[in-house]
Amino acid sequence: MSGTHFSWNLISDVNDMLGYEFMRNAFEAGAIVSLVAGVVGYFVVLRRTTFAAHALAHVGFAGAAGAAVLGIDPVWGLLAFCLSAGGVMGGLGQRLRGRDTAIGIVLAFTLGLGVLFISLYSGYATEAYSILFGEILGISPGDVVLTLVIGAVSLALIALLYRPLLFASVDEDVAEARRVPVRGLSVVFVMIVGLAVAVSVQVVGVLLIFALIVTPAAVAERVSTRPGQALVIGVVVALLSTWIGLAVGYYSPYPVSFFITSISFATYVVVRAVTGLRGRSRPH
Amino acid sequence: MSTQHSTPVVEAHGLAGGYRGSPIWCNADFTIASGEFVGVLGPNGAGKSTLVKLLLGLLTPLAGNLLVLGSRPYRGSPEIGYVPQGRGLDPEIALRGIDLVGLGVDGHRWGFRLPTPRNGERAVRVARALDSVGATDYADRRVGQLSGGERQRLLLAQALVSEPSLLLLDEPFANLDVRHQATMSQLVADVARARGITVLLVAHDVNPLRRVLDRVCYVAGGGVAIGTPDEIVTGPVLSRLYGAPVEVLTDSRGRRFVVGLEEEAAHPHNDEHTHSYG
Repeated sequence: MSGTHFSWNLISDVNDMLGYEFMRNAFEAGAIVSLVAGVVGYFVVLRRTTFAAHALAHVGFAGAAGAAVLGIDPVWGLLAFCLSAGGVMGGLGQRLRGRDTAIGIVLAFTLGLGVLFISLYSGYATEAYSILFGEILGISPGDVVLTLVIGAVSLALIALLYRPLLFASVDEDVAEARRVPVRGLSVVFVMIVGLAVAVSVQVVGVLLIFALIVTPAAVAERVSTRPGQALVIGVVVALLSTWIGLAVGYYSPYPVSFFITSISFATYVVVRAVTGLRGRSRPH
Repeated sequence: MSTQHSTPVVEAHGLAGGYRGSPIWCNADFTIASGEFVGVLGPNGAGKSTLVKLLLGLLTPLAGNLLVLGSRPYRGSPEIGYVPQGRGLDPEIALRGIDLVGLGVDGHRWGFRLPTPRNGERAVRVARALDSVGATDYADRRVGQLSGGERQRLLLAQALVSEPSLLLLDEPFANLDVRHQATMSQLVADVARARGITVLLVAHDVNPLRRVLDRVCYVAGGGVAIGTPDEIVTGPVLSRLYGAPVEVLTDSRGRRFVVGLEEEAAHPHNDEHTHSYG
């Protein structure tokens, strides 16, 4: 940020930051997105479907670019594309083995659409840039409300599906025999990932989405084997990365997304080193 | 090992199994009594897992009648405990054994577990299942830190936790060495006898099971034959089933080896390392 200087009086720094509406919006949207990304990310990592999350983000890029061409809010394009692509991906590949191919096919097609939309779009190049790398400082109060609604819907769905989703993620065959609708769950889950991706793109952008969805959950998975604890840890890591990233970004000339991704990455590296050492010193 | 005289646990009449339009075996007639330990044997691709899926209600019979515990098989019966075929658990999974077994209690229920008084009862059931397979000591450890045998014990505990009266184990020991296969079959037999559970265990090799088996259900050549190992694992019966000349050799320790299937390139009873996709 220009014209603002960091002082060691943290309370006045925070007051200073929160004096701006765009910073308040950024902190609010960042908190909602961290909560959703942390929770959904836990299942993405548990189910080993990080490629699906990655692909959905790029599919979202095409959607956002398409919305920009039509002159509507990119978040609607993100939602439309992420949800329908999520449905197609979930429906095409039932088993993990076939899924990567199905996802790759959808990914390639929609990225092609994205290229077309970008070439059709006559507006500023910054629009494409903000879709790719996030524009958390450009979030409006309306965006915050929409983020809240989408976030609430995805969290409510996860809460409803919690146990069967956990069961199907860990042991699909037994879950199926116990009448868990594994195929339906897999479609609905990829669509929930689509929702999480659509809201997270606003904060870190299409290319950096793993910093909020995958990295915090991977940290949590290394720290705890209890699903409830792991969910909380993932959310806390995502939230701290976002908020600290925002605060650092406010006082520096560099992009907020860079700080968010770096903090989340550094957390992973530290946790991995610590748990790795602990694992080696343990006899079993 | 005596079989109890009561309603049969499994009754099949003129049963045909397979996928729509392509039956794998047909005209199967057999009855399995309560408390029996039945080994399901046969070559790769002969339809052993198909039989298990029919019993689970995951497939419907192509022809004939099938009754499991007195009713037509249906998905989600808490009366059936199941350990599927496969490579076992993902060793990287960040869960404890105790959570894995707990999924067998209420993993199929919607929502998350609320703090209710019934949780105490749930914990008791999980602890009992873990104890019955000797997995209590490592139930709090990360699944990835356990050996293959320990993970299989956890899956068995998960299958037992709903207190089933029928256990369906589809090649549960395929990744274990022969010694562990024998130990695990003995464990299954002990638990089953203590709880009066009927067991159908799909296996590649009859020999690690020979001390615990009551009967053999042999699936091969488009048919199913059931009887005691002495009745079924013999040259004439298997030759008729396969429709090809087959010999059964018995060594000095009573182990049986099926030979004469070179054209099928399958030696289901003497090669522990052949992986089955049946």
